Amino acid sequence: MALPIERDSQRFRQIVHGHVRRNLRKYIADSELIGQQGKRVVSIPIPEIELPHFRFGGRVGGVGQGAGEIGTPIGRGEPSGDGNAAGDQPGLHILEVEITLEELARILGEELELPRIEPKGKKNVDGSITRYTGIRNVGPESLRHFRRTYRQALKRQLASGTYDSARPMIIPVREDKRYRSWKEYPRPHNNAVVFYLMDVSGSMTQRKKELVRQTAFWIDTWLRANYRHLTSRYIVHDAAAKEVDQHTFYHLRESGGTRISSAYELTHQIVNEEYDPVDWNLYAFHFSDGENLGHEDNQRCLKLVQEDLLPKFNLLCYGQVLGTAGHLFIDTLGEIHDDKLVMASLKDSDDILNAIKAFLGKGY
Amino acid sequence: MSDRQAANDGKPGVLKVVEGKVMQNLPTELCELQEAIGNYAREFGLDFPEVRFEVLDYRLLNQVAAYDGFPTRYPHWRFGMEFERLAKSYAYGLHRIYEVVINTDPCYAYLLASNKSLDQKLVMAHVYGHADFFKNNLWFAHTNRKMLDEMANHATRVRRHINRQGLEKVEEFIDACLTVDNLIDIHAAGVRRRSNSPPQDARPPSVRKLQPNQHKEYMDAFINPPEYLAEQKRKLDLDEERQKNFPPDPERDVLLFLLEHAPLENWQHDILDIVREEAYYFAPQRQTKIMNEGWASFVHTHIMTERALEPNELIDYAAHHAGTVATHAGHLNPYKLGLELFRSIEDRWDRGAFGPDYEACDDLVARRDWDLQLGLGRERVFEVRQIFNDIGFIDEFLTEEFARDQALFSFEYDAHAEQYKIASREFEEIKKKLLFHLTNFGRPIIEVIDGNFENRGELLLAHRYEGIDLDIPFAEATLRNLYTLWGRPVHIETEVKDKGRLRLSHGPDGGSQQNLE
Repeated sequence: MALPIERDSQRFRQIVHGHVRRNLRKYIADSELIGQQGKRVVSIPIPEIELPHFRFGGRVGGVGQGAGEIGTPIGRGEPSGDGNAAGDQPGLHILEVEITLEELARILGEELELPRIEPKGKKNVDGSITRYTGIRNVGPESLRHFRRTYRQALKRQLASGTYDSARPMIIPVREDKRYRSWKEYPRPHNNAVVFYLMDVSGSMTQRKKELVRQTAFWIDTWLRANYRHLTSRYIVHDAAAKEVDQHTFYHLRESGGTRISSAYELTHQIVNEEYDPVDWNLYAFHFSDGENLGHEDNQRCLKLVQEDLLPKFNLLCYGQVLGTAGHLFIDTLGEIHDDKLVMASLKDSDDILNAIKAFLGKGY
Repeated sequence: MSDRQAANDGKPGVLKVVEGKVMQNLPTELCELQEAIGNYAREFGLDFPEVRFEVLDYRLLNQVAAYDGFPTRYPHWRFGMEFERLAKSYAYGLHRIYEVVINTDPCYAYLLASNKSLDQKLVMAHVYGHADFFKNNLWFAHTNRKMLDEMANHATRVRRHINRQGLEKVEEFIDACLTVDNLIDIHAAGVRRRSNSPPQDARPPSVRKLQPNQHKEYMDAFINPPEYLAEQKRKLDLDEERQKNFPPDPERDVLLFLLEHAPLENWQHDILDIVREEAYYFAPQRQTKIMNEGWASFVHTHIMTERALEPNELIDYAAHHAGTVATHAGHLNPYKLGLELFRSIEDRWDRGAFGPDYEACDDLVARRDWDLQLGLGRERVFEVRQIFNDIGFIDEFLTEEFARDQALFSFEYDAHAEQYKIASREFEEIKKKLLFHLTNFGRPIIEVIDGNFENRGELLLAHRYEGIDLDIPFAEATLRNLYTLWGRPVHIETEVKDKGRLRLSHGPDGGSQQNLE
């Protein structure tokens, strides 16, 4: 049952996510709720929009209550000149709680989807399925739900004391009535394979690999949550490429030189052996710091991408992590102009979301 | 029993009249609880209008709380924002709203459905405290008790404007109004509406001489000496000068000034009017937060511990009450502060520990043991809840002993350590800080100085500087919004430490600053 205020909530969320009223973006603050999870103090992030107003600058301090010597710290508090500050416990280690995966999936879900996914293969069902498994308070009489209506009337009579167990007479009232309603069940039952390619050569430092792993993880999580029948294949490469399992992909140490073409060749080989583009939707996400072996290999990659991969894949994404100066792979790929090739730059963790949006965005 | 059955013949939401009283459709046990607690409250001496309770589940209660206690408000994202915060807070178990009560007649209060019977008892007692406070505290005397209808009316009007003007346009305008919605005259008794007609008397005022009954001319030089006449003339001249200014005196009610003089379209005028009405409605509540919560806590402690508690509820009651008045270091809990102040007042007036003799006494032991057995405590707290608001309450009754007993301290921000730290336990310092936060809701005092600045119809505001700087970036952003409302350039004069007097401006070419020294 939707509350009237949820329209205001939705409007607020739209503003915070930047879909509307971009002029308000500068007033968005990521504040937090401090809570407790057992003995640990946790921080739950919540977005807030603070409209400007006349207030005092600086941090004004205030009055508190409790034990403590002069000079005892009482918390970091909020940076506002308005009224009371300070709210967290001194000295306690605060655990940052990421928003739950469901919430993240929901936020991303409003903005992302696997593009150009096409019905392929034998089992394909279009769009979503509608089943009358829901319940509503209003509806046509043909959809009335007898049992629920009766139960509601019974509850009401019990609560208000008009139920007489000797002579039970349940008479539903208009407010008691319940009707069947439909629910949509998403069934993108299309067959899809996602390839994750990661550069693990010597130049990929711990920090770069962290960024890559986080991005790959979120893409993977979101895709799994939304597309049931998804297969993921993981390939790592330095001067040579090899396929690994998910655990290794996220934990492998780096070493060796860089030859990107090896990864593309291996991908292509797997596709040829196992996934016929007629039956499968193919997607690939490649991450590297762009320092490829040399010009010759760059040309080889271009050829592989243009002739072998792009024709077969629905989407090819390249995320470049923190490259140092010099000719970088992203520039090489930039020579190809194709809708199915998307590139993004990952400089720090703030860019992760932007990269994911660039790859999978619905096109806002 | 049969009466009750007749009352609740199964129509939810319909109030029936039984034995002359309006019965709500509450579950039977809550109905009985309400009657019992209501009687205890009346016996305690409370005076309240009819209180109507409604039971809501947590989702609806969160909505009502986000709407400041009203079932409906005009559409705006800020209610959504508050709702999200409450819903998350509830979901993570941080905070549970037990009750919401509003200042209306009849007084509506909402209970959380999932609360235990003991909790509902405490909450009802607490609500009666609030209802009594709303009715009797003088600062609420001019509030609109029919605000329920008024809020619904506001919502309808705003929706009509949205339909005609478009959502983003209206929303942007509401945002602009909200940036200045605290610029009202909080000392005004009620919402002031200026009469539009100028005084009919066209004769310029002239110096009036005193005329005793039997006017003897030779006495004139003594009754109306030249100095007196000259003084009167001087005052008249000053007043004439004053009247030439627009506004004649610095205007605190900036919203009213905008309503009367800004070039607003009809729909904009209507919306600004709505924002202003609501600001005035809520202002007394913001000015009496400590007293109100303290009074309601005072009431619920007495009713619960003296009348309503069953022996088997004692522990749960203690836990609930402790949670309400708990303090976290660094945070002043208005429930706790208000409750302890009322207790302190009752204690002192029972003992006679007030007045010039008590004030003059320096001996701490004598002060502590002072006991004249006057028994005036209960009478005094009832009086206090009627007359004071938070500022007067703190100013008058926060004593040095109280500050020490309650372990109050003032804290400041240490920029070096990036932390707030306890600064002082000096009584004067604490009181000063507390009063500062209560004055003008802890916000700077802003007034309209000139509505025709530079004779170009520009708006000049002034910040009444009292030692603390304005937040300049925020001020500039607010000026930008004011420019939207005023239409012509707007300015504000303030002072900045180490820089002296400054004028911030915003016009068609954007913002600017000018040093006035």
